[in-house]
Amino acid sequence: MVGAACAFHLARAGCSVTVVDRGAVAGGTSGAGEGNLLVSDKEPGPELDLALRSQELWRELDAQGLGEGFEYEAKGGLVVAFTAADLSALRTFAATQRDAGVLAEEVAAERLSEFEPHLAPGVAGGFWYPQDAQVMPALAAARLLRASGAEVRLGSTVTGLAVSGGAVRGVRTTRGEIPARYVVNAAGLWSGALAELAGSRLPMQPRRGFVLVTEPLPPLIRHKVYSAAYVSDVASSDAALQSSGVVEGTPSGPVLIGASRERVGLDRTPSYDALGRLAAQAAELFPFLERVAVQRYYCGFRPYLPDHLPAIGPDAHVAGLFHAAGHEGAGIGLAPATGEMIAALVAGEKTVVDAAPFRPERFYSEEAQP
Amino acid sequence: MTAVADTVAESAAGNRYDVAVIGAGPAGMAAAAAAAENGLHVALIEGGRQLGGQYFRHPAPGLNEPWASQLHHGWSRFETLATRVETSSRIDVLFEHQVWAVEAGFNILTDRGPIAAAHVVLATGSYERVVPFPGWDLPGVFTAGGAQALLKGNLVLPGRRVVVAGTGPLLLPVAASLSVAGAKVLGLFEANHIRGYAKHPLPLLKNPAKLLEGADFARQFLRARVPLRSGLMVVEAQGTDALEAVIVARPDGTHRRRIACDALAVGYGLAPQIDLALTLGCEHKLLTDGTVALRVDTNQRTSLPGCYAVGETAGIAGVESALVEGEIAGLAVAAGVAKSRNGSPAALRRRRDRLRAFADVLRARHPVPPAWRDHLAPDTLVCRCEEVPARAVAEAVEDLGATDARTVKLLTRAGMGWCQGRVCGYAVACLARRDPTEPPNPADLLAAAKRPLARPVPLGVLAEQDRRNK
Ligand SMILES: Cc1cc2nc3c(=O)[nH]c(=O)nc-3n(C[C@H](O)[C@H](O)[C@H](O)COP(=O)(O)OP(=O)(O)OC[C@H]3O[C@@H](n4cnc5c(N)ncnc54)[C@H](O)[C@@H]3O)c2cc1C
Ligand SMILES: Cc1cc2nc3c(=O)[nH]c(=O)nc-3n(C[C@H](O)[C@H](O)[C@H](O)COP(=O)(O)OP(=O)(O)OC[C@H]3O[C@@H](n4cnc5c(N)ncnc54)[C@H](O)[C@@H]3O)c2cc1C
Repeated sequence: MVGAACAFHLARAGCSVTVVDRGAVAGGTSGAGEGNLLVSDKEPGPELDLALRSQELWRELDAQGLGEGFEYEAKGGLVVAFTAADLSALRTFAATQRDAGVLAEEVAAERLSEFEPHLAPGVAGGFWYPQDAQVMPALAAARLLRASGAEVRLGSTVTGLAVSGGAVRGVRTTRGEIPARYVVNAAGLWSGALAELAGSRLPMQPRRGFVLVTEPLPPLIRHKVYSAAYVSDVASSDAALQSSGVVEGTPSGPVLIGASRERVGLDRTPSYDALGRLAAQAAELFPFLERVAVQRYYCGFRPYLPDHLPAIGPDAHVAGLFHAAGHEGAGIGLAPATGEMIAALVAGEKTVVDAAPFRPERFYSEEAQP
Repeated sequence: MTAVADTVAESAAGNRYDVAVIGAGPAGMAAAAAAAENGLHVALIEGGRQLGGQYFRHPAPGLNEPWASQLHHGWSRFETLATRVETSSRIDVLFEHQVWAVEAGFNILTDRGPIAAAHVVLATGSYERVVPFPGWDLPGVFTAGGAQALLKGNLVLPGRRVVVAGTGPLLLPVAASLSVAGAKVLGLFEANHIRGYAKHPLPLLKNPAKLLEGADFARQFLRARVPLRSGLMVVEAQGTDALEAVIVARPDGTHRRRIACDALAVGYGLAPQIDLALTLGCEHKLLTDGTVALRVDTNQRTSLPGCYAVGETAGIAGVESALVEGEIAGLAVAAGVAKSRNGSPAALRRRRDRLRAFADVLRARHPVPPAWRDHLAPDTLVCRCEEVPARAVAEAVEDLGATDARTVKLLTRAGMGWCQGRVCGYAVACLARRDPTEPPNPADLLAAAKRPLARPVPLGVLAEQDRRNK
């Protein structure tokens, strides 16, 4: 997704672009996650700024007629608190978000059913976030890539960088060398290996997530709904299983419930505990789901960096090389603003969102001397 | 929506079985009986409501037709086997338990709660392989096995004037049963060109022992005068609201002929149902016809210690093989528990090897003719659950960068519906190849065999899993 967005913005800025991937389109994490475009779960800071800018760009893409091709839905999010304590924490959180430009409106318990008629009774209250939206991520990546007009080389693995005089000259792939003045590393979880080729360090780690998919249902769930506990999960770096199921309907019918968060390396062994947790949380929000059939689940690995911010910007060692990776659980949402930032940095222009917090070299100083 | 079962299998409360057999078809019944007769406590877990599986499918009590008894051959064998299972005090038969996953160790996860067992025997049978063609979604078009199941289980004929088509030995008993039950079978069209097919629809056997139900039926056929043709396939089904006719042609589209009919039974062979085992991590093998089966040793052991596979899960080989393999696995598990060296008798294993060798010959004779894809129209549905037309699949492959079946699925939703790709998986694996002359990628064929949940599971059952943990 990130690579497709970079290609789109670079091409729009006038570059001729070639996109190289060892697999298919959306064959990495982008094809194994969900497509929540959320501002509601983000605390004020650089990530929220990037998310807000991205929301604008997603809306623009939709206005250009691309949205339908990837099921863009500006449906809004509803965060609900089950206890008075959760509600007051949420209220405080929402107040700080509002100062940063997020639209958030408190919804009293008795009005929640106007938003979600099938929501469980006994909820303390909630917040309505009209900016939250949703896309189908694999289609978004494929459609954006196609709209970019870039030349696409699938099934080619990048094995090396061509560098001379401290500047990049292209990439070496299993299917030959591709000359280029600029190279963007948008290899997600695998971007650390590409950074190493330049002698740089991106300490990328995987965080596993499962998503449950139900049988197709009529539209019974209107928005993205999740419990306030999610907010504390996202910022956590605890290894243990955490999850706060975001429940959402899709245009094709199935309800998606996801996603769990675990740091277990690249282990694909199904965790029926994680699936059970997601199911229990979804049933707590929407009791009618108890009787709905789950048809499948899938699992993916979010690429994250130690400070939970992506690396976006020039490499410190090799001129012409840029990194755009490590978006953890928000890479779909953040992709358009990331692409825009990369295009501006390549052109040497001022970025819309401040790029400084995303500097890739922020990890190099940790590098141990051999 | 599925109802949530509120009772956990009573018999499973707290105790652990020596062995859980999943599937009560011929293979599973034989395994359960053999294990129990050798002292083991067995859970025989079956999603349906009766013993017998596909082959011994029979109508509910009360249903009858004069011809019903002729649908089954060797029915007494079923009765003997059923008696062994039903009279054993060591077997708990758990009907209407859908197994959706198995945890190593073993914990059999069902829609009625988990069942613990020291060993597991996978006897989950097969499902049918079909390929799309224009009109295949019309009412009146059945799968070959589906038509057979309707007849055997409900005593209902799919139509009066029926065409049987596709490839593989299953077409023979299907056409024979239809004709026995009073349908006019207008022709049996075997898509692969086989010399002398009309006279000898099955390869001549060195071993005179009756190896397949089809062999017996074939004789009846001639009596019933069903025309047998090979080298011809159905390339189109026609009709406005329901099937009115089929177009039969050579795979290359020549020799087209229209046959008016009100039902079509079409199948391109069977594929092992091994999703539980693949999720568990058992090793698999790719067979010559593009199906994926579990790898087993001479005692039916899979690569995973304690886990056995019998019958169609180890590769499509028919009922005789299923019965023998069930016995072998039941005896082998018992021998393992007793720490005795005597596993299954060598004679049984030799018989199994002969049956398997014969199945391999059949498999090699009945591939899916690659030309099936030439007959698709842009609006032919490839995935019926999600209503994905061939045009959308072509767009994903040609324009959107889908180079494998997984990506086709992601971009088009093909295979994401009710059947979870059981119906369209093979077709999508073929169509993911941009070059139609290339055979499907083995990784895509494996993906078509894999499903994270073997059966849909009510969300409340999953949630119960979490509540129990607390
Ligand atoms: C369960 C789950 C749920 C999620 N839900 C959401 C959500 O709701 N909203 C959201 O915004 N985000 C979500 N995410 C996160 C999001 O999916 C990721 O942040 C995003 O997909 C990352 O995109 P990417 O382009 O950086 O990486 P990827 O999609 O992994 O792309 C990297 C690409 O690089 C290629 N590559 C790697 N190495 C090489 C090489 N040497 N040569 C050539 N190609 C190479 C790979 O093949 C791959 O295609 C979720 C993630 C998971 C796992
Ligand atoms: C639709 C169909 C019709 C067929 N008709 C004939 C025929 O007429 N003549 C012939 O010679 N061959 C027929 N076959 C081939 C048949 O598979 C074998 O001849 C024989 O029945 C194989 O025995 P088995 O025990 O391996 O599998 P099966 O007989 O298929 O038994 C498998 C059993 O496992 C159960 N099961 C599967 N998955 C689960 C799960 N997850 N949870 C719980 N239970 C589960 C099923 O309900 C079934 O009862 C047919 C196959 C199919 C698919």
